[in-house]
Amino acid sequence: MDETLKELGDYIAASRGEAILGYEVAYGELNVRVAHDAIADVVAWLAKDPKGGFVSLVDVCGADYPEREKRFDVVYHLLSPARNLRIRLTIQTDDVTPVPSITPILPGANWFEREAYDLYGILFVGHPDLRRLLTDYGFEGHPLRKDFPVTGYVEVRYDDEQKRVVYEPVRLNQEFRDFDFLSPWEGTDYVLPGDEKAKAETKPS
Amino acid sequence: MGLSSSSNAPGTGTLVAQQPRGLVDASGRPIGHDDSFFMEVNSELADKGFFVAAADDLITWARTGSLMWMTFGLACCAVEMMQVSMPRYDVERFGFAPRGSPRQSDVMIVAGTLTNKMAPALRKVYDQMPEPRYVISMGSCANGGGYYHYSYSVVRGCDRVVPVDIYVPGCPPTAEALLYGVLLLQRKIRRTGTIER
Repeated sequence: MDETLKELGDYIAASRGEAILGYEVAYGELNVRVAHDAIADVVAWLAKDPKGGFVSLVDVCGADYPEREKRFDVVYHLLSPARNLRIRLTIQTDDVTPVPSITPILPGANWFEREAYDLYGILFVGHPDLRRLLTDYGFEGHPLRKDFPVTGYVEVRYDDEQKRVVYEPVRLNQEFRDFDFLSPWEGTDYVLPGDEKAKAETKPS
Repeated sequence: MGLSSSSNAPGTGTLVAQQPRGLVDASGRPIGHDDSFFMEVNSELADKGFFVAAADDLITWARTGSLMWMTFGLACCAVEMMQVSMPRYDVERFGFAPRGSPRQSDVMIVAGTLTNKMAPALRKVYDQMPEPRYVISMGSCANGGGYYHYSYSVVRGCDRVVPVDIYVPGCPPTAEALLYGVLLLQRKIRRTGTIER
């Protein structure tokens, strides 16, 4: 399997030249890094090429790495039913650089791209209808960005005088709690109260 | 133990149901046969052929027996809400029947996570229901946001949007718990219900 994927990666890199920034086979999966303005061409070529046949779009999603200069990844998962192979294409972008939409090539990308725009603010040019998909009407911000506060900015309440649901700034009655999700079985950084002896014994001196 | 091996047919393995216990008292008559209220009503009925009660009581009693509920399934709680109307728990034996339209229902069961986007729609459905109307908030999410309490998109309790009569805790509550909530609502209507407008 890995040889097939490596062969395919070599073939794609050789055929598309500058559009491919690199590829690796990891965990039995082929990851190809693509130049961000060439993604539509690469997807169209992968669908048409007889050695590819990647006509099935599985997913388009975003990922946020705020420490990077180009903070967003856009990840495309494609499936080739003819060859029974899967491929992952990754491009990098930021919140102002638009990405070519692949909706004219694979119409299934329509709502995936709307979702990525909604939750990350990634812009797609050539998309027929780039609106918000999941969040509230008139929602502001992009909630899956790392700098978006988990509690958001507004909350709703029914106002008895105005006879409608109104938006207000968030006011938490209970302070936000940071839960400790470390498992006591898999090991914690701290010593549990009353557990000092057990910790001391397990440590080889 | 519901069943025990019969003593007069040893070896045959015939199973005979046990005598019911707790339904009869020491004298062998049903419990409550000498209840004073029951005796009074019974003698009145035998004497005159009718008996007198307050119209309030009669109407609220009738209401408890014909509660039409609005299905407002929002998340996984809705599965338990469906279960409660299925043959195993069967709320229709308490006169609690599902209804597809808010204009024909008395109770709304808010089953699941209420999001900001859904809140105006929920309020609209509630406003369309005729008086008297009741709301059962089902599950942690509807009660107070639950797992999603700190989320940017979830209402922290559906009582911010509609007035709630009964809160059913659980995540999700079992069908049995919801059934108990329904019985509590019927008791609430019986005790505090009124025909005042």
